Amino acid sequence: MKISDYELKLKSIQYRRSLLEVIRRAGAGHTSGDLSCIDVLNVLYNRILNVSPQTFKNPDRDRYIQSKGHSVEALYVVLADRGFFPQSDLERLCRYGSPYIGHPTRDIAGIEHNTGALGHGLAFGVGVALAGKSDAKSYRVFVLVGDGELAEGSNWEASLAAAHYRLDNLTVIVDRNYMQITGRTEDVCALEPLERKLQAFGYHVRSVDGHDVAGLADVLGQVPFEPGRPSLVLAKTIKGKGVTFMENVAKWHHGVPNEDEYARAIEELDLARRELKAHG
Amino acid sequence: MAEGFGNMSAPMDQGDNSDSAAPPRANLEVFADTLLELAAGDRNVIAVTSDSRGSGKLSDFARRLPSQLIEVGIAEQNLVGVSAGLASAGKKVFAVSPGCFLSARALEQIKNDVAYSNHPVKLIAISAGVSYGALGSTHHSLHDIAALRAINNIDIVVPADNFETRHAIVEAYRHERPIYIRFGKKTMPHLHRCGQSFSIGRAITVREGTDASFIATGETVWPALQAAELLTGEGLSCRVVSMHTIKPLDSRAVEESARQTRAVVTVEEHSVNGGLGEACAGVLMQAGIAVPMRIVGIPDEHIVSGSQGEIFAHYGISPPGLADIVRKLLSKG
Repeated sequence: MKISDYELKLKSIQYRRSLLEVIRRAGAGHTSGDLSCIDVLNVLYNRILNVSPQTFKNPDRDRYIQSKGHSVEALYVVLADRGFFPQSDLERLCRYGSPYIGHPTRDIAGIEHNTGALGHGLAFGVGVALAGKSDAKSYRVFVLVGDGELAEGSNWEASLAAAHYRLDNLTVIVDRNYMQITGRTEDVCALEPLERKLQAFGYHVRSVDGHDVAGLADVLGQVPFEPGRPSLVLAKTIKGKGVTFMENVAKWHHGVPNEDEYARAIEELDLARRELKAHG
Repeated sequence: MAEGFGNMSAPMDQGDNSDSAAPPRANLEVFADTLLELAAGDRNVIAVTSDSRGSGKLSDFARRLPSQLIEVGIAEQNLVGVSAGLASAGKKVFAVSPGCFLSARALEQIKNDVAYSNHPVKLIAISAGVSYGALGSTHHSLHDIAALRAINNIDIVVPADNFETRHAIVEAYRHERPIYIRFGKKTMPHLHRCGQSFSIGRAITVREGTDASFIATGETVWPALQAAELLTGEGLSCRVVSMHTIKPLDSRAVEESARQTRAVVTVEEHSVNGGLGEACAGVLMQAGIAVPMRIVGIPDEHIVSGSQGEIFAHYGISPPGLADIVRKLLSKG
């Protein structure tokens, strides 16, 4: 049954609470990047992807590949909520001997590919999409890339192939938060004019507020945007979104909140939830 | 090897040993023919190339099975990443590119997208070692074995002749783990007798001997065998082992060679650092077996220019060069 926009919004808040809790407990994580892409993951797993714990081995399943592997806590939280593994497993993040390490691996149910080194997910996704075309499968491939990682040349190699092979079963989502570990993307090594660059590489590009779950669901529900072309969703996001003191502050790239910061973050999220429940 | 593979069995029996009437060919050509046969019988076999179909002798493949060849252009990182994605979706993927580019430009993709992620791509390193000769170091792959030996979950196979190449490709087709196969483009004489078996991880003794052992790999097995012939005339009996699999290494064959003969000479078309020789030395040291030993390969220096044959001769990877090393080792022993 289709989940409502209101329920999606509630989930976004719950996921933010959960990932902060997971990071706080583990003492490690990529906090602000998780907060940046969590709404995209929420919409993908609760509205878009044709995949579940029961169908994960099915060759016809939709594929989600997270190229920005460091935002793994966001992925773990969503997969746990979707029942791929028990919620209690989240307590094992980064523990000795735990499979729940700081980047995605196929040791975890629901994860397609090991990532962590940047600039790898898109080429892999192109391969999966090519196989789908070859076998006339109806599955779709979604790849989430960070904006900072677009400096990796391998993304542009993969983009050439995606356009050349007219992979309209491939959707790339760029988490465009304008930040990377050092600071602003435009100061580190400018990406703009990004949309035009992506269009020039053959993508049909649509921009969307990457925190508006209803808007995201609407846009992602329309892929492919054009037959014979790969789709690209430029999700305009805020790194650290939802916790005001983390937003657009570079140190939260892999900052772990202390007790006081954690309490303040949870307080803000609880307030957001009360307001959502009051006003819908 | 060929059991159960339909029409593979007949051609497998021809040209797979020294008694065959089939004329010797380049391992590269044998690879291309074998891959075409496999692909013709299984539409899930996919060749991925990086503007390398000509270098890989796959033009005929591209013509006959166009839907089973994916071209990514001059983009080796993409070649390997795309191959991993295809393999994850059930394709039997042969990623074909010159060894120099495949193993250096795309090393991180090999490490992460293939080995670490355990997508069973078959990485085919063509024109490996110093096959490109005078084109220089940009086109040599003398580091690949060392680099890949240090990466978990990938096998390394370096076939010596047409027989080993054909069997390596057929085994790779069935292999459920990542594998890297490297070979050259020179015509290679047949080395094996009729009835020889082949399996990944098991060395082949090409010639028995009691005085010294050559443990060689790839296109250096042939000069080692010729050196052994030379030494026969001097009353020296040399064993020649084709160590076609570098990883997993056949440690038993290494230990037996050292125990049953008085000296060991390893030979490889690779840097002397981190390749077959050091792998064998590690086995022998840890087994407590001390014999006179010499690692023959390309030394750690700015490599001499020339053809593959000239480079081999310059560094003693030649019948007289290898024979001389054995004489010296045995006289010391």
